[in-house]
Amino acid sequence: MLALDGFLDAHTAPEFEKAIQDEIDADHLQLIVDCSKLTYISSAGLGVFMGFIEELRERGGDIKICGLSPKVDQVFEILGFHALYDIVPDVPAAVQRFTDAPVKEV
Amino acid sequence: MTAIENTFTLDVPSSTANLAIIRDFVTRIAAQAGLNEVEVGQLELAVDEACANVIEHAYGDDKTKQVMIRAVFDEDTLRIHVIDTGQGFDPTQIPQQDLKDLIAKRKTGGLGMRLIKTLMDEVTYEIEPGRKNELRMVKKLRK
Repeated sequence: MLALDGFLDAHTAPEFEKAIQDEIDADHLQLIVDCSKLTYISSAGLGVFMGFIEELRERGGDIKICGLSPKVDQVFEILGFHALYDIVPDVPAAVQRFTDAPVKEV
Repeated sequence: MTAIENTFTLDVPSSTANLAIIRDFVTRIAAQAGLNEVEVGQLELAVDEACANVIEHAYGDDKTKQVMIRAVFDEDTLRIHVIDTGQGFDPTQIPQQDLKDLIAKRKTGGLGMRLIKTLMDEVTYEIEPGRKNELRMVKKLRK
């Protein structure tokens, strides 16, 4: 599980990208990203979610996103992320989603 | 009666490290102009996207360049101009690609301009490559 704290923009996105890459390199393919402390996201941050999802799903994994504030959720909504990503209220729901649907069907 | 215009200018080095400063600048002005919390957040994101485009594309991450942000508001509108002297890159001409296609092609960019157009009421661009490029965004003030 990865927990984001603060803002995710073009400056901080590479750090998040590396953190996800490290998980994948360690064969951790079921990733939960807890955004409950995330105060801001731009398209650079969303790009990180986009960059890894195909590879993860091809290998039987997924990213479940949880804890979005209304402000952050609005950005996911505008760009249509809800149709392509499992976005759930909290960490327990994300764990449950991995049990119910390990890989989101899109 | 002529409406009073309030003009603010921020001139920062072209580095993504300064995006947070730019966001602080525009959110404070947006609040003073009378935008509500949601609208302030929308403006913050649109300006961040515009400046990130300049830093990464118009200037190609050249940190010796400058990005200027000018904010002007009166009773009716808040106008933000993002000005650079980089190569002629017209963000309004970027094709709008479907999110699913972008993911399938493992591309991660191309979303910034879509956000700007969605979040702002008017978006125009004036381009003089290498001299002065100016992205103008307008948010109407609803009172």
